[in-house]
Amino acid sequence: MHDVKTDAALDSAWSGGASPFAMGSKKLGMWLFIVSDTLTFSALLITYTYSRITNPDWPRPFPMNPAIIFSTAMTVVLLASSLTMVMAVMAAQRNDRKKTVMWMIATMAGGLAFMGLHLREWFHLFEEGATITHNPWGTPQFGAVFFGITGMHMTHVLIGVIYLGIVATGYGRGKFSAEDVEVNGLYWHFVDLVWMFVFPLIYLMSVKY
Amino acid sequence: MNTEAHAVESHAGASVGTNLAIWIGLVAITGLEVFLAYEELQPSIMLTILIGLSLVKAAMIMSYFMHLKFEKFSLVLWLVPAMIFCICMMMIFFFPEAFRLLQMRPHG
Repeated sequence: MHDVKTDAALDSAWSGGASPFAMGSKKLGMWLFIVSDTLTFSALLITYTYSRITNPDWPRPFPMNPAIIFSTAMTVVLLASSLTMVMAVMAAQRNDRKKTVMWMIATMAGGLAFMGLHLREWFHLFEEGATITHNPWGTPQFGAVFFGITGMHMTHVLIGVIYLGIVATGYGRGKFSAEDVEVNGLYWHFVDLVWMFVFPLIYLMSVKY
Repeated sequence: MNTEAHAVESHAGASVGTNLAIWIGLVAITGLEVFLAYEELQPSIMLTILIGLSLVKAAMIMSYFMHLKFEKFSLVLWLVPAMIFCICMMMIFFFPEAFRLLQMRPHG
């Protein structure tokens, strides 16, 4: 037989069966992944800035027209895909499966458009002679950090598109819940958030005047 | 306290209008960043402003699109300070060394 104090302890959040921070384990797991991945990208961007500071003759290969205008369009496309993902999460919370899937397909289209534009940018740099080990503009580390960071980001976009496809299919068939769509949304917004640092640091700080 | 009270809460988040306003704000800040790049500012000033604007954009995305503003504040306290601490540690290790190497470079 328990006394009143013992019962209070067993009924507390520490007694198990409770959701920390009043959220599901999938969502909490995604937040933890996002924090760890933030540190990965932070390390990459800090390494880039380190290389940049120690090399005053760092290449500036991106003219305003077309490279910066092109990368700005990529940024707007990625931001637009974040807005469609917000709409998908809102539709899922209303239990509107048809609209949720529709908005998720729109988000996938945004992600694929971003990848297409980015690959075009990459191939343009290949044509100019830039590779991961050397480039025609000077400091050889440029290729390593540029293709390393943007490649890492593009891999995240590709995984995000595949993840969206799986969740959209599962949610449309009633196998996944609205929480799964929300967790998918967290990942997608994180990919968008990372680009908000990659775009100014990699592109805007390397404008050719 | 009953465990039922700890059940997963559904967070309504912001309205469509607010999310649209946030999106327009993000596009406007991106436009401002491109304009600053066009203006050919000194790299150190440019870097400071761009990092500041990127942090504002990150805060907007996390608060509204990722619903962090509508989650329990204890989650923010659990995630954000630890993350900032780790990033600061990386910067403390890297940057003094970077500036030292820059000063060691032969001039001319």
